[in-house]
Amino acid sequence: MDNYVTALAAAETPSRASTVQKIVSRGGIEAWLVEDYAIPLIALEFAFKGGAAQDPIGKPGAATLLSGLLDEGAGAYDSEGFHRALDEDAIEMSFSADRDVLTGRMQSLSRNSARAFALLQLAVTEARLDADSFERVVSQIVASLKREANDPDFVAGRSLRALAYPNHPYGQPVRGELSTLLTLTRANLLEMRAAMFARDNLKIAAVGAIDAATLAGHLEDVFGRLPEEASLNLVVPAVFSGTGTRHVDPIDVPQSAIRFGRGALARTDPDFIPAMVVNHILGGGIFSARLFREVREKRGLAYSVFSQLVTYDHAAMLYGGTSTKNERAAESMAVIEKEISSLSDFGPTEEELDKAKKYLIGSYALRFDTSTKIAGQLVNLQSEGYGVEYLDERNKLIAAVTMEDAKRASKRLFGDTKLLVTVAGNPERV
Amino acid sequence: MSFGKTAAAREGVFLNPSARGQGKPVGPAITQAKLANGLDIVVIPDRRAPVVTHMVWYRNGSADDPPGKSGIAHFLEHLMFKGTKANPRGKFSELVADLGGQENAFTSNDYTAYFQRVAKEHLGVCMEYEADRMKNLVLTDEVVGPERDVVLEERRMRTDSDPSNQLNEAVQAALFTQHPYGKPIIGWSHEIESLERTDALAYYDRFYTPENAVLVVAGDVDAKDVTGLAEKYYGPVPARGEPPKRFRPREPEPRAHRLVTLIDEKVEQPSHQSVFLVPSYKSAAPGEAEALEVLAHLLGGGQTSLLFKTLVMDGKLAVAAGAHYQGTAVDATRFYVFAVPAKDVGLSTIDAAIDAAIARVATQGVNEPELRRAKTRLVAEAVYAQDNQATLAHWYGASLAAGLSLEDVAQWPERIDAVTPDGVKKAALWLDKRRSVTGFLLPAESYPASTGTDTIDSLAL
Repeated sequence: MDNYVTALAAAETPSRASTVQKIVSRGGIEAWLVEDYAIPLIALEFAFKGGAAQDPIGKPGAATLLSGLLDEGAGAYDSEGFHRALDEDAIEMSFSADRDVLTGRMQSLSRNSARAFALLQLAVTEARLDADSFERVVSQIVASLKREANDPDFVAGRSLRALAYPNHPYGQPVRGELSTLLTLTRANLLEMRAAMFARDNLKIAAVGAIDAATLAGHLEDVFGRLPEEASLNLVVPAVFSGTGTRHVDPIDVPQSAIRFGRGALARTDPDFIPAMVVNHILGGGIFSARLFREVREKRGLAYSVFSQLVTYDHAAMLYGGTSTKNERAAESMAVIEKEISSLSDFGPTEEELDKAKKYLIGSYALRFDTSTKIAGQLVNLQSEGYGVEYLDERNKLIAAVTMEDAKRASKRLFGDTKLLVTVAGNPERV
Repeated sequence: MSFGKTAAAREGVFLNPSARGQGKPVGPAITQAKLANGLDIVVIPDRRAPVVTHMVWYRNGSADDPPGKSGIAHFLEHLMFKGTKANPRGKFSELVADLGGQENAFTSNDYTAYFQRVAKEHLGVCMEYEADRMKNLVLTDEVVGPERDVVLEERRMRTDSDPSNQLNEAVQAALFTQHPYGKPIIGWSHEIESLERTDALAYYDRFYTPENAVLVVAGDVDAKDVTGLAEKYYGPVPARGEPPKRFRPREPEPRAHRLVTLIDEKVEQPSHQSVFLVPSYKSAAPGEAEALEVLAHLLGGGQTSLLFKTLVMDGKLAVAAGAHYQGTAVDATRFYVFAVPAKDVGLSTIDAAIDAAIARVATQGVNEPELRRAKTRLVAEAVYAQDNQATLAHWYGASLAAGLSLEDVAQWPERIDAVTPDGVKKAALWLDKRRSVTGFLLPAESYPASTGTDTIDSLAL
């Protein structure tokens, strides 16, 4: 069976990496480009490393607020004028903050691309952060937090992060908190922008109907005047806390949202790929995953049950969850713990390992079937420190995972099988 | 910063939690065919990646649930993964996973759909299985029982733990007093609890036939090859003669505005929604649905829209406001308007401001530059959709399942482009308050009258 899997990985020719051009503008802005004229569109994505991990401690939400303000007025345009300009040429533009990056996305019809890059340049370098926009976007974030204030999934997830990473930026909510959002000032955002928006921590990918020289020219215009070097705050490695404890947030609902986690293997760990395969067997897949089979299909305990390997630049965790009626919440948790314990003790079966590898190898192509998805993948790879060759190597690494690797990774991933568990709802006996 | 829709009801319920593409496409050489047994085939070529999206759409959804059996369309959708004689439980899902494929299914008011996304060389095996479960589903009480519990947990997660979705459900039920669009797609809890294996099989026998299905294949394929494969795998499924009929009582002309209020201690952020009964792309007079689409964009499509400008930017009454036309439907459908009030602004103030904005369009119409911008955006959506084969497959599948033709879909951008200022003005007449239900979502402490600076009683109903 392993031979078949190896063949599967090798059969992935022509090379995906060879479709990517690495371009450099005259001022030194680098980007990955996949040139394709089948559809008259361009998709661009870029990321500044830093993201919400740069939020001041005690003042979460700064990166989210900054990203929300970039298209709310820039250069000569006020907020309304900027959006009208986007509308006139049907340009899609959005910005968002994640844990380790602040991301921008743009899509344009190729005939309007010069205009799109010009507006992007304004958003990146001349966003005004006007007082009325500032106030409006804060009020929008506040409203979104209030909407979710008693949403069991949101509450359980928030508690898990807060307990796992206390006193670390990763423990703070990316969108901030009701109590702290109003303390953020324009000066906080200007400082963050000056520190983060720089050429040496910028990752860019473009896909679609544009050639390398034209793209390089536009990128020079958009990013060329940014400072050479970022000055990010040092983010220390985050150690996962609270393992072996349980926390309940009481909410008067018929169902308990459960989240669980424990420290995991970093992206750079030699056992990371085997750990990813093992997680797929636990709860990464749908119909094939143990948690799906045991929690959902056999016992009807939940609609949704999952686990994932979450990796940040300075932390890694096994993260999972489910939602079960209050009366059976304890039963769901017991079933999940039993599967984790079994994987830790015995590892997966040969058949499980084989199937997980086949799925992970075969499904990789589905991440590359639209321009926006390809651009996103290419920026992620760069942000996570991979070279373009990883596009071809990734499946070979998965194919090479042996049972010995999988058992070792299971042992390391699930270890003593203790979890931090948070529950939001009104669970019985948890 | 954009702020998502807060009030628009979901248009579909998935088998498994995941995202779904939505769009308004046009473009590549899309072709249509029909097998002798009545199966419709649509092929959407996208040769950029060696991947294919295979979907089968059945022209039945929650609006075809028999009285007292709400949720049966959706429950059957779950049960369709329980296997056949030739492919017992789990066999096909395991195969799809081995191929690195993804699969899921979803149910809406008017349709139920199943799909796989796989490398293009595996299209045949997907067809083989999908054709098998079109006629050979095997259900035992042993699998039906736990799956019913799964659906009840799904309902608890989506609705029973979420006051805003409970309000959405009540608003729909109030809007449709007679037509089954008023029933939740997932069903009412007490009716889901009573659904049996025999109910599922009776429903299956009635609707899962080749005449009632649309096969949509998008991706790195050739139309002729797809038709050949379809002939081979779906061709042998016996025809039943006639496609099943949908019996749906028509909604009477609404005469009275209705206000539905949900007050819950879990609510911390109030919100406002109004839902109007309007014609769908299928039921509207020529050009009317397109005008409603443009109207929805002008009123509430993004930050330059009339509602955003008047309520959020100028009036500072709301932090978000928008509108949405749910045009893809067999029967008379829904036009949503929603807003999230700013701090200390009452919902009746919001309501009055929305009424005024709608009245302004209905009496004064819209100007040319506004109309041009709206059309530019809408027509471009069709081009953007070409970038995503799954989005295209979804748009064509949903439209055909709702009774539209391939030409209707392909010509959509031209018909949007043909909408006139006068057409938009006329479309606004549908947004008559008497045709609507307003939903107020309120925190517990607001009861009975402290909905901000004014009271519910001050509403002009």
